[in-house]
Amino acid sequence: MRTKRRNRVIFVSSLVASLSVAFIFIVLAMNENVDFYYTPSDLTSSKIINKDSLRIGGLVQEDSIKISKDSLKTNFLVTDLENSIEVYYEGILPNLFKENSGVIARGFYDYSDGIFYAKEILAKHDENYIPKEVKKALVNDT
Amino acid sequence: MKQLFNQLISFPYFFKIAQKSFPYLFLLSILVILLGVLWGVFFSPVDVTQGEVYRIIYLHVPAASVAQSIYYTMVIASITYLIWRIKMASVFMISMAPLGAIFTFLALFTGAVWGQPTWGTWWVWDARLTSTLILLILYLAIISLFSSFDRRASTDQAVSIVVLIGGINLPIIKLSVEWWNTLHQSASMTLSGSSIDNEMLIPLLISIFGFYLYVTAIGMRKMQVEILKREISHNWVKEIFIEKR
Repeated sequence: MRTKRRNRVIFVSSLVASLSVAFIFIVLAMNENVDFYYTPSDLTSSKIINKDSLRIGGLVQEDSIKISKDSLKTNFLVTDLENSIEVYYEGILPNLFKENSGVIARGFYDYSDGIFYAKEILAKHDENYIPKEVKKALVNDT
Repeated sequence: MKQLFNQLISFPYFFKIAQKSFPYLFLLSILVILLGVLWGVFFSPVDVTQGEVYRIIYLHVPAASVAQSIYYTMVIASITYLIWRIKMASVFMISMAPLGAIFTFLALFTGAVWGQPTWGTWWVWDARLTSTLILLILYLAIISLFSSFDRRASTDQAVSIVVLIGGINLPIIKLSVEWWNTLHQSASMTLSGSSIDNEMLIPLLISIFGFYLYVTAIGMRKMQVEILKREISHNWVKEIFIEKR
């Protein structure tokens, strides 16, 4: 009975050990590919990402949104607070799209003119939940 | 302590305890969930960026939390079964897996409903969403194992091994939003504090507590059913039900 249980302990611990190794390999392998989007710094750094379709994410830079008056054409800057990239988009923007809030754009980055031509814009929500009244009070204080 | 543990893993003793405590626990859980959700939906303030739609948090976060916690406890049960062959551990896994599947589905569904207006899409293949989908598939795989073997012991063994292997997914779900760029935001509630305003947080915590109570109550009930299935021909079962009459 005793040796039987010892064998089971060995079985379970070797299973757990091999799973841990597998976990490390999976995470290492995924690190390259699992990111949902690139940051502006990734694109402007020397490493050229030549993909027909990729996503960039960051904050919409303050005072950078230019919306055309008679069409759905929009220009704005996406920044990761180090580098920023100009994004061009034609279409309807999500409700949460605004300055200083998170955004993810899917499209094509043209290295020749440095403009990101977006086909889809998603708004990213951050982890902060603030009531309207509190926000008003905060703004009034500063 | 040891005596208490031995009593809890004995089928007749557990059955009697569960029989007595279920109605209270179940009623309490419903009341707490109603308190948390109704407070959250009708009396907590509107979020400044998301508007009213944020209120789905009072279902989404508790469901996602319960869905993962169930799997954590199942991993502990699987190790317990694999080493000590404690039958209660396999009863536990088999009873909890369907609950886990339901709450994972609820988390994915409410997330999609929230994502459509907030992000502009109801589904993306980012690390958090995909690993949660894998959790649902794992639960379904475990459930499908229940009736795949003729011998009870083979089923219990197979379920334990699959549960243990699937445990690899749990740290990935938890850390996906920290390690990689995902569309899903990172955790609002951490051990060091919360980035949710208190007026919104209190009903959320109540709702989470209610979900845990509910899962405990229903889980106990399901374990009773599973025990009856296995022990139907034993004397203690007959004694309980004849006594009742």
